[in-house]
Amino acid sequence: MANDVVLEIDNITKEFPGIVALTDVSLQIKRGEIHGLCGENGAGKSTLMKILSGVYEYGSYRGNVYMEGEEIKFTGESIKQAIAKGIAIVYQELSLVPKLTVGENIFLGREPHNRGIINWDKLYAETDSLLKKYKLEIPFGAQVGNLGIGQQQLVEIARAISEEAKVLILDEPTSALTEEEVGTLFAILKELKANGVTCIYISHKLEEFFKITDTITVLRDGMVIGTLPTTEATVEKIISMMVGRVMKERFPKGNRKPGETIMEVRNLTAYDPNAPGVKIVDDVSFSLRRGEILGVAGLMGSGRTELVTTLFGEGGVNVSGEISVKNIRADIRSARGAMANKISLVPEDRKALGLIVNDSIIKNISLPNLDAFSSFLRINKNEEYKMCQKYADDLQIKTQSINALVTSLSGGNQQKVVIAKWLMSSPEILILDEPTRGIDVGAKYEIYKLMNELAEKGVALIMVSSDLPEVLSMSDRIMVMHERQCAGILDQNEATQEIVMALATGIRK
Amino acid sequence: MLRSIWNIILRNIKTFTMIFALGFIWLLFSILTQFGFVQPENLSNLFRQMTIISFLSIGMVLVIVTGNIDLSVGSVTGFLSVIAAFLQYYVFSSLLSGMLPTADPLLVGAISTVLTIIVVVATGVGIGALQGTMVSYLGIPAFIVTLGGMFIFRGGVLAITQGKTIGPVEESMKAIAQEYTSPLVGWVIAGVAIALIFFGILWRRRQKKAYGFELKPMRFDILKACFFSVLVFSYVLVMNLYQVMGEFKSIQYPVLLMAVVALVFSYLSSNTRFGRYAYAIGGNKEAARLAGINIKKNILQVFILMGVLCAVAGIVLTGRVGYGTTSGGDKYELTAIAGCVIGGTSLMGGEGTILGALVGSLIMTSLDNGMSYMNLGPEWQYIIKGAVLILAVYLDVVSKKKK
Ligand SMILES: Nc1ncnc2c1ncn2[C@@H]1O[C@H](COP(=O)(O)OP(=O)(O)OP(=O)(O)O)[C@@H](O)[C@H]1O
Ligand SMILES: [Mg+2]
Repeated sequence: MANDVVLEIDNITKEFPGIVALTDVSLQIKRGEIHGLCGENGAGKSTLMKILSGVYEYGSYRGNVYMEGEEIKFTGESIKQAIAKGIAIVYQELSLVPKLTVGENIFLGREPHNRGIINWDKLYAETDSLLKKYKLEIPFGAQVGNLGIGQQQLVEIARAISEEAKVLILDEPTSALTEEEVGTLFAILKELKANGVTCIYISHKLEEFFKITDTITVLRDGMVIGTLPTTEATVEKIISMMVGRVMKERFPKGNRKPGETIMEVRNLTAYDPNAPGVKIVDDVSFSLRRGEILGVAGLMGSGRTELVTTLFGEGGVNVSGEISVKNIRADIRSARGAMANKISLVPEDRKALGLIVNDSIIKNISLPNLDAFSSFLRINKNEEYKMCQKYADDLQIKTQSINALVTSLSGGNQQKVVIAKWLMSSPEILILDEPTRGIDVGAKYEIYKLMNELAEKGVALIMVSSDLPEVLSMSDRIMVMHERQCAGILDQNEATQEIVMALATGIRK
Repeated sequence: MLRSIWNIILRNIKTFTMIFALGFIWLLFSILTQFGFVQPENLSNLFRQMTIISFLSIGMVLVIVTGNIDLSVGSVTGFLSVIAAFLQYYVFSSLLSGMLPTADPLLVGAISTVLTIIVVVATGVGIGALQGTMVSYLGIPAFIVTLGGMFIFRGGVLAITQGKTIGPVEESMKAIAQEYTSPLVGWVIAGVAIALIFFGILWRRRQKKAYGFELKPMRFDILKACFFSVLVFSYVLVMNLYQVMGEFKSIQYPVLLMAVVALVFSYLSSNTRFGRYAYAIGGNKEAARLAGINIKKNILQVFILMGVLCAVAGIVLTGRVGYGTTSGGDKYELTAIAGCVIGGTSLMGGEGTILGALVGSLIMTSLDNGMSYMNLGPEWQYIIKGAVLILAVYLDVVSKKKK
C-alpha cells in the first residue's frame, strides 16, 4: 500500500539558533485523508508545515520529504515550487494584503492576464464562482482590511483551495472562526476530501479532530509521540499524549465571589470611524462587578470586539451613553484614559494590535507598564527584567530568554506575551478579547486559573470568546450580542449552549 | 571562549559588518594614498569633518525610528547658521560694545557667542516644534511638511543673507569648531573616559548581582571594557601626535561635543520611556496606541530634539566657516539620512541605533575625505557615495533574509 502514501516525512530535524524545533520527525500522510496534527504551543507543528510549504528551504533542515514517492527539495523560489508541486497552505498568522480586495488577494501572484494585462472581469468572475461554490458569503470586491478577522481567515482558505492543491495544509484555521463558519469550513473539507484532496489539519480545539479527521498525530517537544486512527482516540487520550500527563478537567473551578459593582454602562452607542452613520455598538447597557467574569458571546460581527474596544476608548466614534467606573462618570476617549481608570484590554488581533513584532519579548511585555519602574530619566532595566521574567514564568512562555524577539516564538506563545503585558498592568477591570485563541489545552488551563485568581483578588473581568464551552464554564454571567445589540444577559446556571445560540442568532429575544 | 565571542559577533552581526566595512574603507584609502589618509593630520580633519553630519544623523535616527523623515535638516542647519552669523556680526557686536564700551573685546565676543547660542538653540526648538506639530497634531505627512520646510528655510537663508556672506564671527565662535584641547587635557579626558567605562560596567554587574540575575563571565565584560578603552586610548594617542606649527594639539572641541551629544542621545534612546516609546511607535503604531502611549506628544518631542540638533550643527558650521554663507547645510539632509541607513536604521521605522548612525556618518565622511585626498573629481565622489549607500542597504537586506 506504499503508493497510498501521498507525503512521507522522513527523519526531519530542524534547529533554530539555540533551540531544536523538530527532532527526527517521521510521518506518513495517506492520500485522501484528513490528518490531524496536535501538540502544545511550541511543539513544532507550524515549523513542520513550513518545511512542507517551502518556507524553510531544503538544506535548512535535516531529513527528507517524499511526495508520491519522489523526494522534494525546495530551494530558491521554494514557496512557488511547493505550490507547483501541489502543496497549498493556510498559515497560522494571516498573510493577506489588507488594502487589496478579496479577489485580488485570492489571485495574488497568479492573476489571469492577457499579455501582462490583468483580466479583471475574469478575476472577479472566478472569485465569485469560487466563493459561491463553497457557500462563502463574502463580497468579492471588498477590501480585505475591512473584513472581520474570521472572514479574512475564510478568504485565506479560499485562496489555498483555489490553488487546486493535492495537499492542503491548514494551520489553526478555526481559531478565528465562529461555530457557524467552522461548519462551513468542514463542509468544504469534506467536499475536497471526496475529490481526493489530502489535508493536514492543525488545531487546538480538540473536539474538531473528532468531527473531521481520519488520523491524528500528536507532537510534543518536536517529537512524534504517536499516530492513531481517530476512531481509536479520545479527548483524554490525546490530551495526555500532548502534555505528557493526565489532565482531569479542562476548566479549573474558581472560588469567585462577585462583590460590588465597579463599572456601569448605560445605553452605550458608537459609530464606525471609517463609515459615518453606521452603528457599531447599539444601545448596550450592563454592569460589571468586582471579582466576576462576564462572558461576552455572539457571532462574528455581532459587535463584541467593537463593544470592548469602545469601552477601552479606542473603538467607535461619536460615542453616546454613559460609562461610570466606581460610581464616577468616566469619559474614556483613548487607551490612556482607559488605563487611568485601571482598565486594560487584551486585543483580539495580536499581530496588528497586540505586539511590536520586531521587538523582544521583554520590551513587548513592559511597554504599557514602564511607569512602574521608571523615573523621568531612567528605566530601571533590572527591575523590568525581573518583573517580565516573572510574568513569562507564570504564563509558561516557552523561550530561551525573554530578550529573544517575539517572532521567534510559536503562535500560542506570542499570545501569552500579549496576555502577560496586560496582566502586568495590574488592572481593576481586565478585558480579554478571545484570550485563548491559538493556545494549547495545558496553557489554557493556566490562563483560566490566572483569571480565577485575578477575580478572587477582586479584579473584574470581561471575556469575549467564540468558544462556547469556555464562555459557559468560565463566566459568572454571559452577555450575548446580536447585531451590535445586547440580546440578553444570562446567569451561568441558566445558560446553555442552545439558549446562547438562540440569542446570538436572534431566534430568541 | 572563542565560540562565545563568535556568538556575540553573530548576534550583533549588523554592528560588526559596519565596523568591518569602515575598517575596509580605511585600509583601502590608506593603501591608495600611501598612508597619507591615516596620518594624524588627516584623521584629525576627518573626525572634525564628520561632526556636523553626525549631529544631524543622531537626530535623524530618532525621527526615522518613529516612522517619519526630516528632509528639512540641511536647510534648517543653514538657516540657523546664518542667523548665528547675523546675530554676531550685525546685532550683538554693536549692541554689546555700546553697552560695555570699556570691556575687553574678547570678553564681549564671548558674551556675544553665549547669547547667540541661546537664541539659535531656541530658534531650533521653535522650528522643531512647528514642524513636529504639523506632523503629529495636524496629521500632515512628515515627508511633505519637511519637504516644504526644506524650501522655506532655504528661502529663509537667502532672506537673511540677501545673497551675501555674513561675517566674520567672533573668535570664541570659531573656537567651538576649530580649537583643540592641549595634549595634557586630552590625556586627562581619556583617563576619565576609561575610568568611567570600567566603573560603569562594574557598577552594572553589581546591580545585576543585587537582583540575583545570572552574570556573564567577568572576562566578557572586561573584554568589552578593554575594547572601548583601547578605542578611546588610541584615538587620543593619534590626535596627540598632530602638531600645527610645532605645537602639539589634541582632541578637537567639536568632536568632544559630538561625543557628549551621542552619549546623551544614546542613553535617551535606550534607557528612557521617551526612547522606548519612539521605537514602539515605529514598530507598530496601533499596538503603541493601545498600550496607552501618547503618540503625538512623542513625535513632537522627537522633532523638537531634531531642531535642537540642527541648532548645534548650525553653530558648529558657522564656527567652522567663520561666516554665514548662502549654501551652508546644502544637501546635508541626504548625507544624514544616508549615514543613518548605512548605520542600520530601517526606513520602515522601529529600528536603528545612535552608535550605528555615528559609524554610518563616519563611513560617509571617510568616503568624502579619502576621495578628496586622492583628488578624485566630484562626479566620482557622488557616484561612489551613492553606490556605497545602495550596497550597504543591500547587504542589510541579505543578512535579514538569512535570519
Ligand atoms: N524563527 C524562529 N526562530 C527561533 N525559534 C523559532 C522560530 N520559529 C519557531 N521557533 C521555535 O520553534 C519551536 C516550535 O515552534 P512552532 O511555531 O512550530 O510551534 P507550534 O507547534 O506551531 O506552536 P503553536 O501551537 O503555539 O502555534 C518553538 O519553541 C519556537 O519558539
Ligand atoms: Mg503554530
